[in-house]
Amino acid sequence: MKARTLGRHFRESLKSISRNGWMTFASVAAVTVTLLLVGVFVMIMMNLNKVADDLEKDVEIKVYVELTAEETSITKLEEDIRTTTGVAEVVYSPKGDELSKLVVDFGEDLKLFEQQNPLHNVFYIKATNPQETKKVAQKLDRLDNTFEVKYGEGKIEKLFTFLNTGRNVGLVLILALLFTAMFLISNTIRITIIARRRDIEIMKLVGATNWFIRIPFILEGMWLGILGSIVPITLVTVLYYNIHSLLAPRLEQGKLFELLDFSPFIYQVNGLILLMGILIGVWGSFMSVRKFLRV
Amino acid sequence: MIEMINVYKKYPNGIVAANGIDVKIEQGDFVYVVGPSGAGKTTFIKMMYREERPTSGDIMINGINLATIKNSRVPHLRRQIGVVFQDFKLLPRLNVYENVAFALEVIEETPKVIRKKVMDVLELVGLKHKARMFPTELSGGEQQRVSIARSIVNTPKLVIADEPTGNLDPETSWEIMNIFEEINARGTTIIMATHNREIVNTIRHRVIAVEGGLITRDEYRGEYGYEG
Repeated sequence: MKARTLGRHFRESLKSISRNGWMTFASVAAVTVTLLLVGVFVMIMMNLNKVADDLEKDVEIKVYVELTAEETSITKLEEDIRTTTGVAEVVYSPKGDELSKLVVDFGEDLKLFEQQNPLHNVFYIKATNPQETKKVAQKLDRLDNTFEVKYGEGKIEKLFTFLNTGRNVGLVLILALLFTAMFLISNTIRITIIARRRDIEIMKLVGATNWFIRIPFILEGMWLGILGSIVPITLVTVLYYNIHSLLAPRLEQGKLFELLDFSPFIYQVNGLILLMGILIGVWGSFMSVRKFLRV
Repeated sequence: MIEMINVYKKYPNGIVAANGIDVKIEQGDFVYVVGPSGAGKTTFIKMMYREERPTSGDIMINGINLATIKNSRVPHLRRQIGVVFQDFKLLPRLNVYENVAFALEVIEETPKVIRKKVMDVLELVGLKHKARMFPTELSGGEQQRVSIARSIVNTPKLVIADEPTGNLDPETSWEIMNIFEEINARGTTIIMATHNREIVNTIRHRVIAVEGGLITRDEYRGEYGYEG
């Protein structure tokens, strides 16, 4: 194919977009509605996922050191903990620090204990994979000079089950939504092309090859996808900007979890919307034209 | 130029539309194909531009055998043949100019050549002043002239017309026939299926009568021959 024919196909596809009026509008509307749904949903799911990750990251293992342990055995224990597989982060907190924390939380009265501190020295440990916390804790329990290992047994299992179920449900919903979007959009495009099956037949009778007919339709599908993603991209961006600037400062105070930053997240979502629009448009046109090319 | 050898065509529903047709048409001939409805006229015509494939037998056009031609070569065949239809078959979303130009875009002609050829042929059919109008804004006769313009813009050696005056009033039909006469005078072969006895009997040319899938009559300067 010559370059000027490709140019001709581009012009032809744009002409078709503008001359098809209501058909174009119907297709673009279908693309817009579905992509908006997908966009908002992806936005929510990604943030929930972020929250889940944050919650998981807060899961800690607390290793209480034997009261009788000497300075050297504590150093040895720290070394042992660090070399245990699955351990990502180790923070040592001597019993003095532990007491100070209690004082902050429960009041000056506890300062009494400064004379004779009954607390243990503690290691705070984070697992490389939070879901493996239990396994890591069991391994740590076997080390020498540990008095007790705590990781919120029972509670974190429930949390993880909850988060995992949430993630799976979200994934299934996104897939279902994507599938529906594909179906809905390609169907609308198919209807607009069925309306033009006679055109395709005529083109073939005049001596057009299949690709000569197909390419303008595919390009038209691409334009429909692009046009259809304008409104979703705008709305999703505005929506996320507002939600983010409203919620982010409050959540940061809580420190428990945060929303995804506006950038680059919003660009990723917008890129995804645009890409989906184009892919679905092109795919829908391709499949629909294919049916009518056998004249 | 065109030769059909023992052509047989049976449709999936069992109807036999061609039952052993042998015919030879020379370059420059003007041929009317006549016969009652359902006698195989349209099949005869459609097989010549490979809209239908014969069940058996050979159809040779300029040395190409349409019975064995590959699907991928069909567009190239159709570019060498101009086809005019009873229902015009114009692209509704393209204007007159674009409809005619389409036949040249298909062969990747340069824009300059396209512009010249399209304007020339629109002048020939007398529609130069309506180049920017859309098919729906034209009368039936004008639409048919656009269709003819599209079929000849590529200067094919053969033009096939399936009842080109079937949807037109008598006066317009004569105008259309004049255009075909002019095209034929330039040496283009014309094969035209028609029901119009007045035209066949007035503008005398070779007449091939098809009945029951067979050629029952083939005479130069023939008559329509059916009560009409």
